[in-house]
Amino acid sequence: MKKLTISGRISVIVVILFLATLWFFPMWQIDLRAPQYPGGLSMQIWINNITGDVDIINGLNHYIGMSSIHKKDFAEFVFLPATMLAFMGIGVIVFIVNRKIGYYLWTVIFLFIAVFSFYDFYKWEYNYGHNLNPEAPIKVPGMSYQPPLLGYKKMLNFEALSQPHVGGWFYIAAGVMLVIITFLELKKAKK
Amino acid sequence: MKSAEAAVVGDAASKVYVAPGKYDEFYNFVSGGFSGQVSVYGLPSGRLLKVIPVFSKNPENGWGYNEETKAMLNTTFGEIPWDDQHHLDLSQTNGEHDGKWLFANANNTPRVARIDLTTFKTAEILQIPNSAGNHSSPFITENTEYVVAGTRFSVPMGDEDVPISSFKKNFRSTASFISVDKNTGHMNLAFQIVLPGMNLDLSHAGKGPSHDWFFFSCYNTEQAYTLLEVNASQKDKDFIVAVNWKKAEEYAKAGKGKKMAADYAHNTYDEAKQTATSVIEHDVLVLDPKDCPDMVYMIPCPKSPHGCDVDPTGEYFVGSGKLAALIPVFSFAKFQKAIQDKAFDGDFYGIPVIKYEAALHGEVQKPGLGPLHTEFDDKGNAYTSMFLSSEVVKWRLKDLQVLDRAPTYYSVGHLMVPGGDTRKPYGKYLVAYNKITKDRYLPTGPELCQSAQLYDISGDKMQLILDFPTIGEPHYGQACPAALIKDKQVKFYDINKNGNQYVTMGEKKANVVRNGNRVDVYMTAIRSHLVPDNIEGVYVGDDVYFHVTNLEQDWDLPHGFAIKNNPDAELLVMPGETATLRFSPQKQGIYPYYCTDFCSALHQEMSGYLRVSAKGSNVPLKFGTGVIDTTASAK
Repeated sequence: MKKLTISGRISVIVVILFLATLWFFPMWQIDLRAPQYPGGLSMQIWINNITGDVDIINGLNHYIGMSSIHKKDFAEFVFLPATMLAFMGIGVIVFIVNRKIGYYLWTVIFLFIAVFSFYDFYKWEYNYGHNLNPEAPIKVPGMSYQPPLLGYKKMLNFEALSQPHVGGWFYIAAGVMLVIITFLELKKAKK
Repeated sequence: MKSAEAAVVGDAASKVYVAPGKYDEFYNFVSGGFSGQVSVYGLPSGRLLKVIPVFSKNPENGWGYNEETKAMLNTTFGEIPWDDQHHLDLSQTNGEHDGKWLFANANNTPRVARIDLTTFKTAEILQIPNSAGNHSSPFITENTEYVVAGTRFSVPMGDEDVPISSFKKNFRSTASFISVDKNTGHMNLAFQIVLPGMNLDLSHAGKGPSHDWFFFSCYNTEQAYTLLEVNASQKDKDFIVAVNWKKAEEYAKAGKGKKMAADYAHNTYDEAKQTATSVIEHDVLVLDPKDCPDMVYMIPCPKSPHGCDVDPTGEYFVGSGKLAALIPVFSFAKFQKAIQDKAFDGDFYGIPVIKYEAALHGEVQKPGLGPLHTEFDDKGNAYTSMFLSSEVVKWRLKDLQVLDRAPTYYSVGHLMVPGGDTRKPYGKYLVAYNKITKDRYLPTGPELCQSAQLYDISGDKMQLILDFPTIGEPHYGQACPAALIKDKQVKFYDINKNGNQYVTMGEKKANVVRNGNRVDVYMTAIRSHLVPDNIEGVYVGDDVYFHVTNLEQDWDLPHGFAIKNNPDAELLVMPGETATLRFSPQKQGIYPYYCTDFCSALHQEMSGYLRVSAKGSNVPLKFGTGVIDTTASAK
């Protein structure tokens, strides 16, 4: 089997470092704005936690029957860090073994985790926004409150903006780098 | 004659316009006079931001009514629900505002209050014994070492029964020095200097070179006890009483004072326990100038001086003889030299009287009629209010020349320049606090508002730019840049640090407990329900204590609590706070209770019922929220 190029090998380290930022910065941020909240409300989603104005958002959401957000309800906060650590561990092996095939597999695993994570995030948002308490004081026919996965959405008196935070951007950058390097390694291999 | 319209010129509107959503440049704290409270305005807009309950009970938020704050208005004469609040002083460090506390006096039943500027709540009230008419108060020294309280209506020391006509023999005035803890702000009556029977009027501390001194104006050195308007206006000169407080402090430490029995209340609001306690103190240390040489001097000052103000450098002090046709300006350096040279003009009850000319820097000639108070700007100018000629007069400290005069509408009392009584005046604005308004606003029956008038003093000429009504009677005010205070405001209380003994930590802990005829309701409030909202098993003659804990943890989300037919007040409970309302039902019936502060879209639903049954009936104690009883509804 062919060995990795120098840049390919360095990229393994870079990807691992990029992913390490997930323990130091939030992945995602959802900002909410309403007339009564001039400073806005925001919620940060970490690899293993959810922070920000969660209590205030929970207090507001009971009016429309949305369930409360509690850290302990998220199995993801255990699985996600474990998965990412395992992925980073595999990276170390890819680096030591130094074979192109290892790198390709590593990229495929990454893409698989990424797709599953976004699907999981979307599914949670869908349930959170649609599974409403039928006894909620405020019921707007046809209205659901699913926050956007990415981008802007207006829901009743709230405007919501969802976007990656620092950790999320590094995660995306890691993914982009994996795909590009895989592509370049493949091209080199054909020569 | 200048007309009122002519006085307001040019771009006045743009100078006071603070666009919606924008902040004012200064906080202006204004005494509430006979309202007993302190008001807070924004400058330059003149918008009323808050009324802080201090000496008067306030049913609007439960101050003085709820169990937590009742003790704040306790005195040795029981609860006193009102006072006459005249003067304010912001705490200082190195002679400049530090934005920590605001001190307020009570004139009628002598007391001094301290207001915490992170919560805008009254944190402490100290009663002053051996005094009456606590007028020359609560002025402070440059590092807030002391707050003073001086007697305007001399009274006998202690509580002996003496004829009023024995004024000269038995009546005394006292200058009380209250020490302030640098970190906590806690006040302690350190010592009282006993002075002859006369009326101490106003005061200010020295600055810089005069740091160790405190100056009090006094009138009625004639020692009249009847028809004062004539009998106390006979002498050409009364005095500025100069007290060396550093020396007094040394004498107190050296044991030169006498411990004297005197009861007075000391009320403190404990922020951690959210509860006030009232302690009765039993003695006070009294210093007599006879035993303490070089502690007190008298400086003659024309015609019943009122204001007693010290310039930013601390070198000049101004006595404003309210019946005088001139303003004397004294020099601290000359005063010190006069003491050294013993340039005395006899004594007043053993206290050396300095020769008038020996301490005099000069006189401002023909300033106007009825000079009352003087404040200073940052450019070496002084501004004196003229009650009779109803104007503000600007003059220069250096050569005592009158530079400008501007009319007030009408009869100005105090005036205030932001920082104008500190070492660092901010200048820019001047506010005149007027006693009479007559035709200035839409009439409101015989009782009219009093007012404040804002002048731009940044140029050579003073320019009237705004005129606004005030609450109560505005006497003195203080103003400091908003930046000094606004960023350290408490937005809500951390529920986890709530140390109130009656806190309910979460809805699951809500409870109703009977103990004899005392019923404690541990209630929670969060948008948009109260727990419990149904209570039964309470009888006529019970004392029901509603301990309401606001579980919200967000800014600007107070909940109110009121119950039908309760004869006193309601509660306003801030987020994370607990407050207690006592209710003693006199008749059986259903008593709805509800949240009074529009809190949310379902505020109208935030209510409950208390069932009060006849005494001796056997309705069991029952309470809850969200429990539907199907058995009773069938009946």
